[in-house]
Amino acid sequence: MSSLFDRYFDDSHRTLRTEVARFVAAEIAPYADRWEEDASFDVGLYRKAGAAGVLGPTFPTALGGGGGDVFHGIVAAEELLKGGSTGTVAGLGSLEIALPPILALGDDAQKQRFVPPVLRGEQIAALAITEPGTGSDVAGVRTRAARDGDSYVITGSKTFITSGVRADLVITLARTSEDPHGGLTFFVVERGMPGFTVSKALKKTGWWASDTAELSFDGVRVPLANRIGPEGSGFIALMQNFENERLMLAIQGHALAERALELARAYANEREAFGRKISKFQVIRHKLADMATRTASAKALTYAVAAEMKRGGSVVAEVAMAKNHAAEVAEFVCREAVQVYGGMGYMREAPVERLARDARLLAIGGGTTEIMREIISKTMG
Amino acid sequence: MKVGVCIKSTPDADTRLKVAAGATGIETAGIKWVISDYEKGALEVGVSLKEKLGGECVLYSVGSGDTEKNLRDGLALGGDRAVMVDDAATKGTDALGIAKALAAAIKLDGLDIVLCGRQATDDENSQVPAMVAELLGWPHISFVGAFAIDGTDFVASRNMGGATEKVRGALPVVVTTEDTIATPRYVKLPEIMKAKSKKLEKKNLAALGLSAEAIAPAATFSAYSPPPSRPAGRKLAGDAAAQAKELVRLLREEAKVI
Repeated sequence: MSSLFDRYFDDSHRTLRTEVARFVAAEIAPYADRWEEDASFDVGLYRKAGAAGVLGPTFPTALGGGGGDVFHGIVAAEELLKGGSTGTVAGLGSLEIALPPILALGDDAQKQRFVPPVLRGEQIAALAITEPGTGSDVAGVRTRAARDGDSYVITGSKTFITSGVRADLVITLARTSEDPHGGLTFFVVERGMPGFTVSKALKKTGWWASDTAELSFDGVRVPLANRIGPEGSGFIALMQNFENERLMLAIQGHALAERALELARAYANEREAFGRKISKFQVIRHKLADMATRTASAKALTYAVAAEMKRGGSVVAEVAMAKNHAAEVAEFVCREAVQVYGGMGYMREAPVERLARDARLLAIGGGTTEIMREIISKTMG
Repeated sequence: MKVGVCIKSTPDADTRLKVAAGATGIETAGIKWVISDYEKGALEVGVSLKEKLGGECVLYSVGSGDTEKNLRDGLALGGDRAVMVDDAATKGTDALGIAKALAAAIKLDGLDIVLCGRQATDDENSQVPAMVAELLGWPHISFVGAFAIDGTDFVASRNMGGATEKVRGALPVVVTTEDTIATPRYVKLPEIMKAKSKKLEKKNLAALGLSAEAIAPAATFSAYSPPPSRPAGRKLAGDAAAQAKELVRLLREEAKVI
């Protein structure tokens, strides 16, 4: 069945897949259960992943990235997710959404200063957009950055920030003027800057191993050198960033579904009821067939969108479709996997239980399903 | 220092092998061919020696198809160039035929060291490296768990099942390595991309001064058959005490292991 998607990959993708899989088998899979239960993964994993070349496969090689295309990013994400801890992948992957504004808007000095240490795993980067009063409506950002000589003073708060607790660099969207969209600017807020504090680590439905924070900015003085791009350039960069983030979430959708399907198949071939393996019952076989069909459909749409992105095409609506579809598929397939497991599926020790919780995020993060529908419908006239 | 590493493409360890129709070999359709596990360690040693001492690390393999992909993977790990003996006549040859092809290719390059895995993970015959050494007229050190260069000498530690034997000698030498000799580094994407443009020469037998007759096998495989299927397990009935009693009886009287 896998040959259906072979056309998207060449030998360089296959070799990268093998290497990331080796890394995952050695450094993530053995610890995944513990990290999820502990709601934190080993911070040393960042450096290990950096040294192994796992971080930033699509970033420029001049900045320490892999220099690959979107499918190299897909390969790395899919293999990392097979490690069994979505939260760990979310934590390692926060750089994938935090660094692009610097690449898009930053000057060479900023790129050299901020990007390579993160891709080496020596520093942790987080993206801070959402606020207690503003989610999908980004134009409603209220955190302010007021110019004061050769620096800015940032005041406000951010919430639901992935990797926010441990981040060394928080790429923060703040308001520099009252223009709803044209008044937004990115700044790099660094750990230890006076007035910048992590208010609390948040407990979540899923993604337990990733740290998620509420951040407080109380008159944080940020030098001009930490402003990314000209004043007012933040919104456009953020919109471009969303395409990558949504693609990554769509990938996570089919990856979680594939894992849930694989686990459910294995369990159905083991578990006996009424004197035979439950995989012998048509009701289970058909359930697995539905799960496989939907998973393949999510993967097909996401890969098609990714191929268009690789070609340089505009995919604003298509990536929204892919994310929505993959989120629905992931929730359906993970729920059905729990169903195949029966009572065991409701137990915390069952891997499908965790997948079902993790999948719930996909319809919310990176723009909700409803916002995606707005984006899609606007392109329909 | 010029280091050569011989690589064999073997079925991935997760492959479920099937005998092909006609029983003349294994069914190769769908098999993922990878670098033999034992040779991954040899490759890491070869690349590390080159990095430490300078010179060149050259990879050698006999085969076609996925062999090229695996040589590219070796180049991504740090090999400088590769030589692929690609000739239809090599298909169906035996260990000596492969050794002749490798030795002929190695002779053209004037190497100091040739590293091989202790055995291939498919046929596990452990014959080729010793034959290559013989054909080159070099010493062959087998089952090496640690290897270093000391001036113009090599120093190798051989694992002797609980004891270690240290061997010192002058180069050149053919060495077969244990898989534990080194952990292969993770290959990064930029190296994978660079490997695409590294030199990979394909040579046929004529280019090596050999002919199909010269590598004709001394013996051929006449038939393949799968191992007998395992009998179904037996389930014991009764409560735990009864099951334990029955288990002990079976282990003693039928399996005769206690």
